[in-house]
Amino acid sequence: MPKFKTVFEDCDILVVGGGMGGTGAAYEARYWGRDMRIVVAEKANIDRSGAVAQGLYAINCYMGMRWDENQPEDHVRYARNDLMGMVREDLAYDMARHVDSTVHQFDEWGLPFMKDPETGRYQREGKWQVMIHGESYKPIVAEAAKNSADKVYNRIMVTHLLVDESKPNRVGGAVGFNVRTGDYHVFRAKAVIVGAGGASHIFKPRSVGEGMGRTWYAPWSSASAYALPIEVGAKMTQMENRIVLCRFKDGYGPVGAYFLHLKTYTQNAYGEEYESKWYDHTKELVGEYIDHHPTPTCLRNHAFLEEVKAGRGPIHMVTKEAFQDPHKEVVGWENFLGMTVGQAVVWAAQDIDPKYTNPELTTSEPYVMGSHATCSGAWASGPEDISPDEYQWGYNRMMTVDGLFGAGDALGGTAHAFSSGSFTEGRLAAKAAVKYVRDLKNDQIKVTEQQFEVLRETIYKPLETYKVGRNEIVGGTVSPSYILPIQGLHRLEKLMDEYCGGITVNYMTNEPLLLRGLDLMKTLHEDLEYLGAEDLHQLQRAWELKHRAIASECVLQHTLFRQETRWPGYYYRGDHMKLDDENWHVLTLSHRDPESGEWTMEKAPVYHLVD
Amino acid sequence: MPTFVYMTRCDGCGYCVDICPSDIMHIDETYRRAMNIEPNMCWECYSCVKACPTNAIDVRGYADFAPLGHSVRVRREEEKGTISWKIKFRDGREKDFVSPITTQPWGEKIPRLAETEVPDTEALNSELLYDEPQGLEIDGGLPTVSKDKFKQGVYY
Repeated sequence: MPKFKTVFEDCDILVVGGGMGGTGAAYEARYWGRDMRIVVAEKANIDRSGAVAQGLYAINCYMGMRWDENQPEDHVRYARNDLMGMVREDLAYDMARHVDSTVHQFDEWGLPFMKDPETGRYQREGKWQVMIHGESYKPIVAEAAKNSADKVYNRIMVTHLLVDESKPNRVGGAVGFNVRTGDYHVFRAKAVIVGAGGASHIFKPRSVGEGMGRTWYAPWSSASAYALPIEVGAKMTQMENRIVLCRFKDGYGPVGAYFLHLKTYTQNAYGEEYESKWYDHTKELVGEYIDHHPTPTCLRNHAFLEEVKAGRGPIHMVTKEAFQDPHKEVVGWENFLGMTVGQAVVWAAQDIDPKYTNPELTTSEPYVMGSHATCSGAWASGPEDISPDEYQWGYNRMMTVDGLFGAGDALGGTAHAFSSGSFTEGRLAAKAAVKYVRDLKNDQIKVTEQQFEVLRETIYKPLETYKVGRNEIVGGTVSPSYILPIQGLHRLEKLMDEYCGGITVNYMTNEPLLLRGLDLMKTLHEDLEYLGAEDLHQLQRAWELKHRAIASECVLQHTLFRQETRWPGYYYRGDHMKLDDENWHVLTLSHRDPESGEWTMEKAPVYHLVD
Repeated sequence: MPTFVYMTRCDGCGYCVDICPSDIMHIDETYRRAMNIEPNMCWECYSCVKACPTNAIDVRGYADFAPLGHSVRVRREEEKGTISWKIKFRDGREKDFVSPITTQPWGEKIPRLAETEVPDTEALNSELLYDEPQGLEIDGGLPTVSKDKFKQGVYY
């Protein structure tokens, strides 16, 4: 194995992942931590990384407090309702009260906002969204982070967090490797802010073969947001709350602007409205949650799934009427070109012009993430001034490991943050991290050579495994001694799909299936010790897979623990088909012991903002 | 619709390699030109297409579900602050779109927070972020809510 160079970086604050959360963190950290060393480690290139790499056509979270459009309380009620009662309302309130100042800064920096011709205000798509020409959203935001950070390391795959050896349960930095040079990077940091991505590709996607990259969430969102904190013992919350998206077929083009702004609507294959006919059936499962407005996203999915199961698919989006208006036609197309070009390609290839054809919709494979209409992630402290005691332990957005903070997908309980809210969470985490580092004073973090040298062996092992095993066989991809990252990924996706409620089982699971899934996961983890990587690119894929596998195990544990079906349309527990507020109106928490790998589960109370 | 690279247009500059979020654009060692080494991990984000100075990179819809004969081309111009798209359907129809990408000269309006006035300890201990409360553009300062408004139980 080539002897890769070790590069050391000693800093005060390390930001892992330069997406929307990480850029917000790097930007704000400089304001409060004027004398601190602030460093970003990014897996790709910060100019086009994260979920917003190709752009966005709307900012989905903006209160508009200056025009009295919405208040933070309204956002809390909206997010709570959409997630069937289960969010961290303190964190949601806190993000919402700050998000407008973030959005106003984006406007000043040059992000083009559409304006309402009558009022001159930001053009609303729906109650929460404002419309933008956001092709360059990410490069603009990246400039702000680059102006603030002392250094941005691009192409660093962060594989593990380091722990402080002088005090238990305290973070000490992170390690990873440069995917171009292979250099081993050791970041010794007093505080770490995890801004890494949620999880695509843990469930088998609908598109396979060449098309497997056309997932709804970016294929580079490899669950590092969860695996990194889990491995150092941070508690996670609501990891069962995966999301299934209703989207245009094959390209997964978004439907928000279509429903809200263009006023298109859905119907079954025979031109009938179908949602209302599933009302009584859904009410039996979830009670009065079906009467809420707007109808929770998962329950709309549920009606879609039932209608298709009844043999009246495909479901179509009725676009032909709206697209007769030339302005709406332009909005409809630019909506894709600004954030999901792939949908435009599918329609061009299949000669689908929504002016003359009503396009098909589909429901996606499940995703685990924390910033859309779902809220999986780490259990984190809330702000001092508003959070109930059980939600507050000193520093805003700090996880249950000292000095370890999170933003965006990494944070649990904060649904509907989206891009602007994730950036805002990064800002909040950064300010708190600066306070934390100041409070440490002369208390030094201890990271010994032994700790990072052991990790070094672990990290590069797939290169060695491949090199040795490859000599055993003539050629090809079949080896008795190693598995390739893509082979391991397919195995993980199949396992999660079949045992944890993926597409091929109509999102259905139960206790026996989940227990079997956990058995298979155990052997998968054992076999992942024999991953083989031909080169540094494959080594990145190997570590992405390991992160996905750790996050997936957490998802299995949470899904097993919650004995009810809280979000029909996202997944079903066949052995507990009804929503059960008496026993399960709670947030679920997990903890994985870093030494033994054993999981413990507990319930945490949901505090509601009343009146 | 994974990307591919035309042999005669690529000069091997590596801009696509530098920008690809999925690390799948690499330089082929024999031809010294770029190629997509892992099409099934391509999100069709077009970052490489936009970055290519010689228009050498194009996209062909995923073989699994996209019939041949289409194209979606793009030209991103930072100086002009625009992005232009041309969509060609399989049956030959075309559509063109142009959108702004910025309202400011590229990069000039992005602040350097190291150069702003240093905040005091009181500000650090408050709940305010940079540019707040003024940046919220509301009267009455940062909204807050009393802790005792949060209650356990089932509330809708």
